[in-house]
Amino acid sequence: MFGNALKLALQAIRRNVLRSFLTTLGIIIGVAAVITMVTLGKGATAQVTAQVASLGSNLLMINRGQGFGPGRDRVSSPAFTLDDIDAIEREVAGLQAVAPMSSSNATLVMGNNSWNSTVRGSSDALLVAGNWQLDQGRIFTADEQASGAAVCVIGQTVSRQLFAELSPLQQSLRVGRFHCEIIGVFKGKGQTTFGQDQDDIVLLPWLTFSQRLAGHREVQQIYISLLDYVDAESVKQRITTLLRIRRHVSNPAQQNFSIMDTAELADTLTNTTRTMTHLLAAVAGVSLLVGGIGIMNIMLVSVTERTREIGTRLAVGALEREVLWQFLVEAVVLSSLGGLMGVLLAIALSFGLSWWMSIPYVFDAGITLTAFAFSALVGVVFGYFPARRAARMNPIDALRSQ
Amino acid sequence: MSSFIEFRDVHKTYGTGAVQYQALKGVNLSVQQGEFVSLMGPSGSGKSTAMNILGCLDVLSRGEYYFQGVPVSALDRHQRALLRRHHIGFVFQGFNLLARTSAHENIELPLIYRGLSKRERRWKVDQALDVVGLLPWAAHTPESLSGGQQQRVAIARALVTSPAILLADEPTGNLDSERSVDIMQLLSTLNQEQHLTIMMVTHEPDMAQYSQRIVHFSDGRVADDMGVSGG
Ligand SMILES: Nc1ncnc2c1ncn2[C@@H]1O[C@H](COP(=O)(O)OP(=O)(O)OP(=O)(O)O)[C@@H](O)[C@H]1O
Ligand SMILES: [Mg+2]
Repeated sequence: MFGNALKLALQAIRRNVLRSFLTTLGIIIGVAAVITMVTLGKGATAQVTAQVASLGSNLLMINRGQGFGPGRDRVSSPAFTLDDIDAIEREVAGLQAVAPMSSSNATLVMGNNSWNSTVRGSSDALLVAGNWQLDQGRIFTADEQASGAAVCVIGQTVSRQLFAELSPLQQSLRVGRFHCEIIGVFKGKGQTTFGQDQDDIVLLPWLTFSQRLAGHREVQQIYISLLDYVDAESVKQRITTLLRIRRHVSNPAQQNFSIMDTAELADTLTNTTRTMTHLLAAVAGVSLLVGGIGIMNIMLVSVTERTREIGTRLAVGALEREVLWQFLVEAVVLSSLGGLMGVLLAIALSFGLSWWMSIPYVFDAGITLTAFAFSALVGVVFGYFPARRAARMNPIDALRSQ
Repeated sequence: MSSFIEFRDVHKTYGTGAVQYQALKGVNLSVQQGEFVSLMGPSGSGKSTAMNILGCLDVLSRGEYYFQGVPVSALDRHQRALLRRHHIGFVFQGFNLLARTSAHENIELPLIYRGLSKRERRWKVDQALDVVGLLPWAAHTPESLSGGQQQRVAIARALVTSPAILLADEPTGNLDSERSVDIMQLLSTLNQEQHLTIMMVTHEPDMAQYSQRIVHFSDGRVADDMGVSGG
C-alpha cells in the first residue's frame, strides 16, 4: 500500500509542477531565512564575545574628556602626565600594573614597503594593563625604557604588511624619521567593536616615543590592571578623587576625565548583542511565519481542484486511507525536499554573508532542525488536513465542490 | 431469488431547513443480473440522483437500497468504498478524468487501487483502450482529447476492472450519432456476451432502444417501467 501511495504521490507531484514548485519555494524561503538570520546573529555574538575577551577583565582605562566615544570634548581637556601615573601608583592600593599611553600616526618604512600605522608609546606594564600578549620576542627592559632606546614591538597587521611571511625580529624598522630595532611581535587581538584594527600598532618605550616621535610629554590615556580580589568600584572612586584634586576639578559635572571599566564595557556589549540576537530571532520568526503562510496559501488555493481529484479517486475505488496516505506522502516529500534545499541554501548564504561581514560562521544545529521541522509541519498540516476533509465526504459531494 | 439491485421507497432530500429539495420521492425499482436498463425522463427528474445512490457515490435520505441482497443503507463509508471498488463501474455525465494525466494513467488508476501488478495493469489498460478504440491516444491527456474521446476514456476506466454492474450517466451525451452508435453497440455486446448488468441514463430514445427495459422518471418518482418493444 505504501508503494502505491508513493507512486501516486510522485505522479501527482510531477503532474502539478508549478504547484509543487511554489509549495517547495515557500518552504525553502522560510527555512533559509530563519537559519541564515540566526546563524549571522550567533556569528556576531561570537565575535563580540571574542572582543570582550580581548579587552581583558578587571582593567580600567582613564581617558581625558567627559566620556567614552567620539564627539566628546577629549582634546580640549588637559592631558595626563607621568606624575599622575606616579601619584596613582603611590596613593591607590590594589593595582597590579599602571601604564601610560600616547599615540601618533606615522609612516613605517621597511625596504621598499611602507605602511601608515598608529605608533604608541607605553611601558612594559602595558602587557598586563592593556591585556596584550607576545607572539614572538620580548618586551622592553627597564634599561631600554629608562634610556629611551630605539626598540619597538609590532602588531600582527604591521608584521603582515611589511614582512609578509618573514621574521620581523632584529630587523630595523624606520618609524617616521628614526630607525628602531624590532624586538617583539604581539599576538593578534582583532577588531574593536567599532571596527578599528587593534593589531595595526607599533609600540615604543614611552621615552623613545616622547623624545623621538611626538616631541611632547603628554599622556593621553592611562591603562590600569587591578589585582584579582580588588573591587573595581572602590578603586575607581579613589582614582577619581585623586585625579580631581590633581586636575583641579571643583564641579563634578565638569569633570575633565573619565574612567572606564572593562567589566562594564563588556556588559554593555553583551547586552547590545543580546538585543540584536533577539531582534534577529524576531525577524526570523516573522519570515518563517510568512513562509508558512505562503505554503498554506498554495495548499488552500488548490483545495478545490484537489477535492475534485479526491472525489474521482474515491469514485473509481480508492479507500479513504489510501487517499490520505497518498496526500501525506506527497506533503512529506515536498516539505522535506523544500526543507533540505532551504538548509543547503541557508548554509551557503550564511557562510557567504558571514565572510562578507567578516564575522565567524557558527553552525547552529538547533535552529536548523527547528526551522526544518516547522516548515515540514506546515507543509504536512496544510497538505494533509484539507485532503482528510475531502476524503471523508461522499464522493459525489467532493466531485461537485466548486 | 433476490434482485441484483433493489430500491425500496428511496427518498433523497438535498439541503437542509428552508432550502430543502426533494429530488427523489419514493422510488421503487428492481433490476436483475444481466439486465440492460435505460433511465429516461425530463431534466431534473432525479435520474442522476438515483444513479449516484446506485453507484454508492451518495447516500439516500430515507428508504432502502439492496445491492445483491446487501443492505447498502446500513453500510459505513469504508464498506461502501469496498463495494465501489469491487463491483461497480461508473461513467459520469461530466467524465471526471484526472487533469494533466494521460488516458493510459487515467484508465490505470482503478487498477492501482486494486493492487494489480504492473504487467497486469498494462495488459488490461491496453485491452480497454483497444475496446474503446483509443490505443493511439494512450499518451494523450484529457486537455488534448475531444469530448467524445474523453467520454470513451471514462467508459474504458469504468470497464477496465470488469465490474458486476456498469452505471453510465448519459454516456453518449457528448457524442455525435455515429460515435453514439459505436458506444451503444459496445455496451450491448458487453451485456449480451459477458452478461454485464448495465444501467444507463439517456435522453435519446434511439439509444434507449439498445436496452431491454426503459424506466421513466418524473418528478422524483418512477412514472413508467416497461420493456423495449421489439428489443
Ligand atoms: N447537490 C444538490 N443540491 C441541491 N439540489 C440538487 C443537487 N443535485 C441535484 N439537485 C436537484 O435535484 C434535482 C434532480 O437532479 P438530477 O441531477 O438527479 O436530475 P437529472 O434527472 O439527472 O437531470 P438531467 O437530465 O438534467 O441530468 C434537480 O432539481 C436538481 O436541481
Ligand atoms: Mg443528470
